Amino acid sequence: MSDTASTDIIQNSVISVLIENESGALARVVGLFSGRGYNISSLTVAQVDERQGLSRITVLTSGTPMVIQQIKAQLKRLVPVHAVSDLTEEGAFVGRELALVKIVSSGEDRTEALRIAESFRARRVDSTATSFVFELTGAPEKIDAFIELMRNLGLADISRTGIAAIARGPEVFAPLVFHPSEETV
Amino acid sequence: MTDLAAPKADEHTKELNTETLNGAEVLLRVLSELGVEVVFGYPGGAVLPIYDALFKQDHIRHILVRHEQAAVHAAEAYARSTGKTGVVLVTSGPGATNAVTGLVDALMDSIPLVCLSGQVPTKLIGNDAFQEADTTGITRPATKHNYLVRTPETLAPTVREAFAVAQGGRPGPVLIDLPKDITVGKAPLAPAMPTPAMKRLQKVAAQNRPTQDAIARTLEAMKTAKKPLFYTGGGIINSGPHAAELLRTLARKTGFPVTSTLMGLGAFPSPDPQFLGMLGMHGAVEANMATHGCDLLIALGVRFDDRVTGRVDAFSPNSFKVHADIDPSQIDKIIPVDIRLEGDVGETLEALLAGWGETETPDLTPWWNQIASWRSVDGFGFTQDMAPEAVIRPQYAIQRLYELVKESGRDTFVSTEVGQHQMWAAQHFQFDKPNRWLTSGGLGTMGYGLPAAVGAQVAHPDALVIDIAGEASTLMNIQELGTIAQYRLPVKIFILNNRYMGMVRQWQELLHGSRYSQSYSEALPDFVKLAESFHGTGMRATNVGELDKVIRDMLAHDGPVIADICVAEGENCYPMIPSGAAHNQMLLGPDQDSAAAGLTEEGMMLV
Repeated sequence: MSDTASTDIIQNSVISVLIENESGALARVVGLFSGRGYNISSLTVAQVDERQGLSRITVLTSGTPMVIQQIKAQLKRLVPVHAVSDLTEEGAFVGRELALVKIVSSGEDRTEALRIAESFRARRVDSTATSFVFELTGAPEKIDAFIELMRNLGLADISRTGIAAIARGPEVFAPLVFHPSEETV
Repeated sequence: MTDLAAPKADEHTKELNTETLNGAEVLLRVLSELGVEVVFGYPGGAVLPIYDALFKQDHIRHILVRHEQAAVHAAEAYARSTGKTGVVLVTSGPGATNAVTGLVDALMDSIPLVCLSGQVPTKLIGNDAFQEADTTGITRPATKHNYLVRTPETLAPTVREAFAVAQGGRPGPVLIDLPKDITVGKAPLAPAMPTPAMKRLQKVAAQNRPTQDAIARTLEAMKTAKKPLFYTGGGIINSGPHAAELLRTLARKTGFPVTSTLMGLGAFPSPDPQFLGMLGMHGAVEANMATHGCDLLIALGVRFDDRVTGRVDAFSPNSFKVHADIDPSQIDKIIPVDIRLEGDVGETLEALLAGWGETETPDLTPWWNQIASWRSVDGFGFTQDMAPEAVIRPQYAIQRLYELVKESGRDTFVSTEVGQHQMWAAQHFQFDKPNRWLTSGGLGTMGYGLPAAVGAQVAHPDALVIDIAGEASTLMNIQELGTIAQYRLPVKIFILNNRYMGMVRQWQELLHGSRYSQSYSEALPDFVKLAESFHGTGMRATNVGELDKVIRDMLAHDGPVIADICVAEGENCYPMIPSGAAHNQMLLGPDQDSAAAGLTEEGMMLV
């Protein structure tokens, strides 16, 4: 009798995982995704709480609502995982990605690349007579658009970080320790 | 062969105080502290310090197996039959890789297990050292969690945490990789203190309870259902004998029928009229038809395995579904449900019983009449030609085994291998207590039964332990006859010998035009002589006239026995839901009248 009408729609989800910064922790998460056939569009990881030794992994994934629920439930089973949050489901969030984009061109194309970079507020972080490296931060869609425009202007190389994300507003889903007095276990 | 930087002998002769303990001694102290009595293992270079420490103590008994896979299966059966955590000790490299099958088996069937594996010294890790393998890497998806102990200070806390993880929530196997320098070198024996992870797990466990609202809605559904069904599984066994008692009480008070998964057999007494038998691919007609036709399905400690559900979109299509499980990830995984009851199934049963109170048993007569008509098909029925020279049908062999075991009145543990004989055992052997049925459900590991019988017999020296086996499966871990001989374990190996990998042969017959590709058991050993060569007793029954005597002799013998029961070679296991079919599309055997079951012709054509 369960409602199965909307179960086939594929949705994107940004899932934030707070995990102990132990060796093999990332492999557990990545292995979970590959072993169970879940999709990873992007994944970022870095330590965020030195005192507790916690890292945050932000995964951009996609799947049916049932699969997304499974991903979260399976992540919660991992022993080193402290908290799992589905930013897409839980309300407004800020998602940002950094990209370094190398353009190798000359003449008209070079000028045009520079003009577009300005309009995207991309920073020029390296220049030679024949090349630029632009640094661009923003939502993944903005970076996609920038790269698309650069395609005919000498786009030579791209390095992207994948999305880092955090909920808007004062809500915190798992407290980190920034002051000794707030230490939690 | 190995790194010989072992401690000098005189270091061990010193009186042991906590300052002078080496890692291996700390390990054993902590195991004792955690109540470990038996370890199943096999020595090797990287675990020599642990074996040396074992030699010098007498709290922990070590059972020497003949292959590391068998150590894990034995520990699984030890755990399953006692409710304790099984412990395995293997060396690095091949010792650990041999254990992997057992670890996955325990993972799939939720068996609490701690596997201690040796590792090359920390300085050599990553150098492709002799007998080095990336054990934590290999076993990451094969365990609930694993550890590599890198410093002496973390040894004792890690072992304690590993047991907490193995036992907590949904149980499972945990591996601890122990580099040799950690077990050789000094290590502190810190007092037992919960680690941060243990505190976190306790917190999660404390919150893992069904909501009041969910319980109330479930009770409401139970009171109004016309065609209710309890679908019970291994979670009830894991929750403990108390949960099985609660299930029996709740079933009695409500009058609801009960079906069980393969892993749940024994939680509810199978001879009870309220029991419909096992459901699923080779389940009972009445169990599958009731699952298909019920209006309320209460799933207790199960995970909707594909061998149970068959075609998912046709599974129990018209029922209101309630799912109780300790592992939230199992709920809404395969089958979307209407009510989630997260938490220990025993506690959930307790809440349901309390809420049911003295409610009058509902009148379910039409439902029971419907069930009776399905039951009349007698899906497990068979006809045995009783002429003394007649060929033994495998179902009859198990039926007689059960009847004669029952006559003996002994507490009995049954393990199985994997295949037709396993399904026939599930169908024809009856259980009225939990923790007596030891089988490889999720992984379907051939070769499970013989080492499992070892583990069960070690745990229950006075009980009757029978491995119901197939001749192909049992050869996969036949070396354990050596273990059985060494420890004088009076295990009975009851081989249904049809000279085929029977389940493979059955599928080839039904799905691959009877092309029996590689499924004939060519060049079989003489099992009677095989038993004798391992210091045991061999017996053989080749026809109906010999069967009872062989079973009686086997049960009467106080040592290990292989009973080679030569059975009909072409027998298929029915009923059968073909892969991808629905529960009402069962194939019945030649002994059944399918029309009586109300089965569709379309269903009958599926294979």
